Amino acid sequence: MEALDAAFAALADPTRRALLARLAQGEATVMQLAKPFNMTQPAISQHLKVLETAGLIDVRVDGTKRPRRLQKSGVDAMEQWLAMLRTALEKNYDRLDNVLAAMEPQKGRKKR
Amino acid sequence: MSKLTLTTEGDRYIVVTRRFAASPEAVYRAHTEPALIQKWLLGPEGWSMPVCINEARPGGKIRYEWSNGKFGFHLTGEYLELVPYSRIVHVERMFLPDPTPDNHVETTFAPDGGGTLMTMRMTLPDTQTRAAMLSTGMEGGMEASYVRLEAMI
Repeated sequence: MEALDAAFAALADPTRRALLARLAQGEATVMQLAKPFNMTQPAISQHLKVLETAGLIDVRVDGTKRPRRLQKSGVDAMEQWLAMLRTALEKNYDRLDNVLAAMEPQKGRKKR
Repeated sequence: MSKLTLTTEGDRYIVVTRRFAASPEAVYRAHTEPALIQKWLLGPEGWSMPVCINEARPGGKIRYEWSNGKFGFHLTGEYLELVPYSRIVHVERMFLPDPTPDNHVETTFAPDGGGTLMTMRMTLPDTQTRAAMLSTGMEGGMEASYVRLEAMI
């Protein structure tokens, strides 16, 4: 439950969503990630730390390099959360469809 | 396939759109008249709304109480702005059981062909609020999904 919540908070930021979109294409180092964003490496590192804490990405050790990559289960959990919210809303509005279909057309109602 | 869209707008809002095969007047009334609201604003299967207070005027109060027989929670709110059949602005908070921060909701109803396009823009809840909402809705939400899944198999 806490992991889902952290994932949603992490994804509320457009830069972090863009970072995830980039990582969806394959792993990348902080330097590679910082390039297209016009941001300093420490700023990017800060965003990556939030994503990592949320369980959305992890770090691979490759000699002296530390490429970031998507952590599949974290991303799946986020999708699950959004799907759940959507499910509740769809349920409501499907019921509303039925309510609307049963309503009498209102004509000549009082005008103010 | 689905008629509903759900997107985040920046890091502050969630925007939901949905089309209905009824006039903006009918959809607006279904959002403001208690007898109609009680028939659909229920979330997952198994919940009902025994108490529904809805004073559809600026400054008017809102109070919804839900129950699934075992558990219950409620929501209070106030109307800020109402333009009949086209626009509703209100604030609301849930009691889970502690009150969540105010959720500012703007709902518009626009004619769309022979029907209505509803757009609802709401505040993205903070971390703690999302956690509380999630823990309330999860069990029932999953259950409703499984029931539908069973029906499909």
